[in-house]
Amino acid sequence: MKQEFTITLFSENHIGILSRITLILTRRQINIESITASESAVSGVHMLTMVVRTTPEMVQKISRQIEKVVDVLKVFVHTSSEIICQEMALYKVTTRGLMSGSMIGDIVRKYHATILEVTPEYMVVEKSGTRAEIKELLSLLEPCGVLQFVSSGRVAVTRQVKELNAYLREMDEAHRTRKEALEFYN
Amino acid sequence: MKKNNNNTVPGDAGPVATSGVRTEVTGAEALLKALVEEGVDTIFGYPGGAIMPVYDKLLDYSDSLRHILTRHEQGAAHAAQAYAMVTGRPGVCFATSGPGATNLVTGIANAFLDSVPVVFITAQVTSSLIGTDAFQETDILGISMPVTKWNAQVKNAAEIPEVIARAFYIARTGRPGPVLVDIAKDAQFESMTFRYSKCTYIRSYNPANPLIGRDIESAAVMINHAERPLILAGHGVIISGAVAELKALAEKGGIPVAVTLPGIPAFSHDHRLFAGMLGMHGNYAPNVLTNRADLIIAAGMRFDDRVTGNLKKYAPQARVIHIDIDRAEIDKNVRADIGINGDAREVLTAMLPHIREKKREEWIREFRILDRTENEKVIKPETEPGKGELKMGEVVKVISELAGRNTVVVTDVGQHQMAVARYYRFTDSNTLVTSGGMGTMGFGLPAAMGAATGTTDRPVIAFIGDGGFQMTVQELGTIMQYRIPVKIVLLNNSFLGMVRQWQEMFFNSRYASTEMVNPDFVTLASAYGIPARKINRREELKEATSEMLASEGPFILVAEVSRIANILPMVEPGASVSEVTLTYSSKS
Repeated sequence: MKQEFTITLFSENHIGILSRITLILTRRQINIESITASESAVSGVHMLTMVVRTTPEMVQKISRQIEKVVDVLKVFVHTSSEIICQEMALYKVTTRGLMSGSMIGDIVRKYHATILEVTPEYMVVEKSGTRAEIKELLSLLEPCGVLQFVSSGRVAVTRQVKELNAYLREMDEAHRTRKEALEFYN
Repeated sequence: MKKNNNNTVPGDAGPVATSGVRTEVTGAEALLKALVEEGVDTIFGYPGGAIMPVYDKLLDYSDSLRHILTRHEQGAAHAAQAYAMVTGRPGVCFATSGPGATNLVTGIANAFLDSVPVVFITAQVTSSLIGTDAFQETDILGISMPVTKWNAQVKNAAEIPEVIARAFYIARTGRPGPVLVDIAKDAQFESMTFRYSKCTYIRSYNPANPLIGRDIESAAVMINHAERPLILAGHGVIISGAVAELKALAEKGGIPVAVTLPGIPAFSHDHRLFAGMLGMHGNYAPNVLTNRADLIIAAGMRFDDRVTGNLKKYAPQARVIHIDIDRAEIDKNVRADIGINGDAREVLTAMLPHIREKKREEWIREFRILDRTENEKVIKPETEPGKGELKMGEVVKVISELAGRNTVVVTDVGQHQMAVARYYRFTDSNTLVTSGGMGTMGFGLPAAMGAATGTTDRPVIAFIGDGGFQMTVQELGTIMQYRIPVKIVLLNNSFLGMVRQWQEMFFNSRYASTEMVNPDFVTLASAYGIPARKINRREELKEATSEMLASEGPFILVAEVSRIANILPMVEPGASVSEVTLTYSSKS
């Protein structure tokens, strides 16, 4: 059964890393529904958050293949219940459409949206939330005349307590304690 | 970058520099110094515009770095791979930008699929021109990304030592594989201060996991309780140097050992527990009995589709212990009951004390019974036909009997490769160089010269078909130039035999573009000054083989074999391994 997974991965900030990762997904014909790249809480470590729809078996296979990429530090795979995630959207709407009725009050109070800019021609509305909430506001605004709409990829934090730094320490530790036993190709 | 105005080479910039000594050199020289630091003694390559600064410096290093000029970059790539396989050290291959780099791609992919460490160095156009579609510019980083373990581009000379150190470390550790370093031409000219230290750790790279004692013990318990266990040994056993440990495990537990194609020399074919080769053209007993086994112990192998046949009907009765250094291989094709992510030698060593001594004679007898069937129906008619046209199997068998132990056997790809896999008796580890995962026709001839360059005390015999031979035939020039003593057995059936076999079996004998009109190979060899002899009668076979083996330098033995012949047994596409076909009556 296909379901939605959020893959969070931490990597060194090297050129080409994104290509190597997307290659693994495209070979398996897995579409990336959204992707966000950013700095992580650890300085110098890059973070990628990808949303994919696939089977649990497949997501395990691809996450292992991604973790094999030399510059990737750690890969986490989460189902929706294991993470807290948000997306952000900007709506550029005609001022005339938005001024009619109680629309402005509704979007601010009910949808916790923010008005970023007002001109005689258009207003820019910002909203953070789940994909469904963002879509809902879009359909509400559509009759007012949406000139532009853009939404971000997913950003997510995990519910688990162990942080990346702890994994990095473990990896360093494992390396120190491990005896060098790879003589054949040395 | 600091520019060095002093053009004279400092006195201590000779070929051998010890790490820690600071020396002012160009990027090109820094590359060569780094290679010397890594213990490299041989480079296969082909020069061109962008890599000329490196080749220029190479002249000064001819005492410590031998360069073999191949006739095509693909040949250099295959040769470097074979060199790595016989020496156990990473191979090194040079090519220029653009077409030089793209010509490597088949060789890189071949090394990638067979987990062989090769460091590919390509030159790139001057850094200010990168991305502008400059003359002989190609995005080799992008092109090679799916077929390298790691790759990187260098635009500053100062980065060269560290990047080269990383390249070697990544290539040879963990699951080995090819890496590529692309160096811009201006970085080759630029001056830098050379200082070298080998790479021993990369934070984001975990070449081998510590063993988990609990998994080893549960695996041992599973083995001790199994009635019909079967070991599947792959290339990883050879790479990790676990041949002795594998033998000890098999003998202590009384467990038969079947091998994959690249894992063929992991277990002596003379051993009573040797079960034969697995897969599409493997032996009858190990294929059939995979589906009788109650436990599969897979070591350093990856359940390739050529090994498993139809996965849905694969080893239905067996529990699976999968030992592999690459975690991504565990559960990829076959689900493991116990997956042990580690180095085969470490794992087998740790497991051995927990294994109970057993004989399992009844189980082993099942193999012998099926072996007799295969011997009677396939092996004997193929290797001792006694009459009719010469057969590939008998040529291989005779050469196998006459060649000394420790001979390195190289093959190309196709029917002759399967004949060698089936009828050559391998008794020593690391004696086979073949193209497994990629199935690259044209691999054999350049690989043979790479193998012979890497080992001076072991004879090298290459079995090559007429199709594959002509794909890289230009390398005869390299063999001539360097007098590389390879013995080439050209099994000529004037057909692309394996494709023809499939056409016969699955495409109603419609031989579309598989028949070959060939040159006279003996005349061709004489143009290169290589002694050659053609035979087509079995009476000449032994004597001609002896002549070849006794010859000093290179030699080509052209054996004219039966034009229409099939490699059997065969696990047909979509069939289960236990449904292996033993006999097939030709329609043509």
